[in-house]
Amino acid sequence: MEPTYNLDSIIRNSLTQDLLRFTTAGSVDDGKSTLIGRLLHDSKNIYEDHLSSLEKDSRTAGRDEIDFAMLTDGLKAEREQGITIDVAYRHFSTPKRRFIIADTPGHEQYTRNMVTGASTANLAIILIDAKNGVLTQSKRHGFIASLLGIPHLVVAVNKMDLVDYSEDVFNSIVDEYTAFCAKLSPRDVVFIPMSAFYGDNVVVHSPNMPWYDGSPLLSHLENVHIASDQNLIDFRFPVQYVLRPNQDFRGFCGTVASGVVRVGEEVVVLPSGRVTRVERILTAGQDVEIAFPPQSIAVCLADEIDISRGDMIAHPANVPWLASEVEALLIWMDTQPLNLNRRYVIKHTTKTVRGRISTLKYKIDPNTLSRQSTDTLHLNDIGRIELQLLKPVLCDEYTTNRHTGSFIVIDPDTNFTVAAGMVIDRSHTYQRAAAGSMTAKQKNLTPHIGHVTAQERRRLFGHRPVTIWMTGLSGSGKSTLAYAVEKRLTEDGHACFVLDGDNVRHGLNRDLGFSADDRFENIRRVAEVARLMNESGLIVIASFISPYRADRANACRIIGESSFSEVYVNASLEACEKRDPKRLYAKARRGEIADFTGISAPYEPPEQPDLAIDSENETLEHNVAAILAYLKRAGFTS
Amino acid sequence: METLHLSNLKTLEAESIHIIREVVAEFERPVMLYSVGKDSSVMVRLAQKAFAPGRIPFPLLHVYTGMKFPEMYEFRDHFCRDIGADLRVYRFEEAIAAGVNPWELGTVKCCAQLKTQALLYALEEGEYDAAFGGARRDEEKSRAKERVYSFRDSFGQWDPKNQRPELWNLYNGRIKKRESIRVFPLSNWTELDVWMYVYTENIPVVPMYFAAEREMIQREGRLVPIYNGTQLREGEKPETLVCRFRTLGCYPCTGAVKSTASNLKEIIEEMMVARHSERITRLIDHDQDSSMEQKKREGYF
Repeated sequence: MEPTYNLDSIIRNSLTQDLLRFTTAGSVDDGKSTLIGRLLHDSKNIYEDHLSSLEKDSRTAGRDEIDFAMLTDGLKAEREQGITIDVAYRHFSTPKRRFIIADTPGHEQYTRNMVTGASTANLAIILIDAKNGVLTQSKRHGFIASLLGIPHLVVAVNKMDLVDYSEDVFNSIVDEYTAFCAKLSPRDVVFIPMSAFYGDNVVVHSPNMPWYDGSPLLSHLENVHIASDQNLIDFRFPVQYVLRPNQDFRGFCGTVASGVVRVGEEVVVLPSGRVTRVERILTAGQDVEIAFPPQSIAVCLADEIDISRGDMIAHPANVPWLASEVEALLIWMDTQPLNLNRRYVIKHTTKTVRGRISTLKYKIDPNTLSRQSTDTLHLNDIGRIELQLLKPVLCDEYTTNRHTGSFIVIDPDTNFTVAAGMVIDRSHTYQRAAAGSMTAKQKNLTPHIGHVTAQERRRLFGHRPVTIWMTGLSGSGKSTLAYAVEKRLTEDGHACFVLDGDNVRHGLNRDLGFSADDRFENIRRVAEVARLMNESGLIVIASFISPYRADRANACRIIGESSFSEVYVNASLEACEKRDPKRLYAKARRGEIADFTGISAPYEPPEQPDLAIDSENETLEHNVAAILAYLKRAGFTS
Repeated sequence: METLHLSNLKTLEAESIHIIREVVAEFERPVMLYSVGKDSSVMVRLAQKAFAPGRIPFPLLHVYTGMKFPEMYEFRDHFCRDIGADLRVYRFEEAIAAGVNPWELGTVKCCAQLKTQALLYALEEGEYDAAFGGARRDEEKSRAKERVYSFRDSFGQWDPKNQRPELWNLYNGRIKKRESIRVFPLSNWTELDVWMYVYTENIPVVPMYFAAEREMIQREGRLVPIYNGTQLREGEKPETLVCRFRTLGCYPCTGAVKSTASNLKEIIEEMMVARHSERITRLIDHDQDSSMEQKKREGYF
């Protein structure tokens, strides 16, 4: 018989198939095995011989229809035999896509397995039994999927046949689960009413539910857009292996964790901070111009730089944190509970370091999402922790970067993987790498200790040095106030100096713009200068919009908490815009200035300033007096 | 516009290269088991790519049973010479001298001696701490749960109840002295993926995968090839058949299938048809338009 298809086009088509990894969570009772069996069968992915034995088994079991659960239902048997219930990987394909299912059991005691399957998934299917509605378990599955950053969620409302294919039942489940999902901020949630047993809306559209106008499950799986799930913005390349086959070739091998890199681009090597250029990119031995995740590549750089496994390559203007204290969510996976006094081994990207879980803040009940205080974590517990590492790691927040935001914890005695961790954004306590972190240079610097003590300086100047950090919107009157305070203090015989945008941005920081990264660096440099001035004995009045809490916290850290006073110069945006002394608001409104605080960039007011000034309603004299009174009260002046 | 999204095969390739490099970076004495079959060929090609333009930085290990097809030994030597691989052949002399064979010992004992035991000795002798194997999760049920890094104790044993959780692409390769890890870089590949890769990459494979006229006997519903040691049972008559081998092993225990697939494209075709007999016609439905779906949306049964 002549084939009625074109083989070449089929092969060509197969080569353009992409890969979707999904995880299924649910217990046997939800019809999970039936659903997988039905999916494999209706998409013609079951061998003929398997199918005929399935028919036989179903008849033996006294069923009229084929029971697809029997195809994949190893779980019950396994439980009886006492074999560890685990993650099973199943494969199937359609002309559009190849699929890998990470099939995991859904009960609470198997959170570990679900987490394992979820860690690499693009999509999660959560099964809800239409008869039972949204159960605690359904919420737990949604929570874990969101915790592990799975971009797409499908809520399969199964067993619709048992509720007469009722649209109302479906809608009430959708409403209830949507309300729950709002707490989790998942990116994409789709609800599909189905009956896996009869095949409704699994592969073909169900004639029993004409009210449902969405796609059947398979067609959703085939078409869900996964190309943009990758983080293509922040280039991160953890160096995995240095390839040096001969004197002429030195390639840094690894997998692009995120972002895009091109030949000729400037890159920074971390943590050394050395900047160089990409000379060549090879993927699988062949030169290419561009690389993106999850490609495994080798990169050749223009300059000879000492780079080894565990280092990271990034773009100079977009770097990860360099942190030796990391806050994270931790999922405990070992039968031995967490021991806060022990040292563990942490594997993060291609770096392995020793560290300790220094703080256990609370654990999260995955069923209610409530926080509970605890002194340890047991198998399947999820806790919020602080990690203290002997050497810093280059990391990002897990929600923006699955690869640089994840780590595993290994017990150094048993070598077992005991926990999985996900980095939380605590940018005010972390430092950006690169820009300020010339650690190689720092290594050769030892702080020089002089002969004049702080006490001697204090006696000389008649005050305790302080940095009065004034933050507030542009036009709120910070600088006017700052110079007025400076004048009064000088009249009283104090040595003091105003640092503000105008005298810093024109010199020291003239290379910086107004992006979040540049603002961070601006504030960091100002804080360093303020610290030096304080150390020399001066009172510093720093007048900066400094809109981000994290940046101000960083300034506080640099200057030192005991000599940092945060003063919030508060005037409403309307008032500032009306005043607009430099005509900046007008320009920003016209779109001539990008990233303008209050208009096109956020302002985060201080939560607990040392002093709040109402510059909208109070007079300048009143406010100057308030600051002088504060300095006296806090013991800086007498 | 550039598409910054990898196809299935390219994704699998990238993942396998990541695994192979990770092992070389973290282990002292890795080795790659080379069994001459198509999966081995693919795995070796991935290793070449992982370290190009350098050479594969570990040896290939072949466990000699003396029972493989002569074409396989011939192919092995050519293949390894062509790519400049460091091939180590381990011979379990004791068993070979004792004339271990499946006809007298039975297949289970024969395999235990010539393959499993021989492999353990070979790994021990080479003091290898990591050994790559070409096994795939789609091969059989127990493999579906196998980790990419499969931990083995100091006796080379696997404890399925005590596997390390494997998250993201963070592999835990920590072991104590004398323990080892078996690594499966092709874990997520299917048989069809392997053939598609062989086809697109033009990877040499043993000619026995292709259909040809061969002298065979039919035994217990299987097609058994005739070689030097094959002992004919009563009533068995050699016949010449067009057939090919789907998997390759030792000749006494490897059956062929009737097939006329004489090149890679035909093998791929055969696999697609065998696995999804109706899928291909369905494919054409998909290719042309979505009229059927539309009809069903409108209430078609």
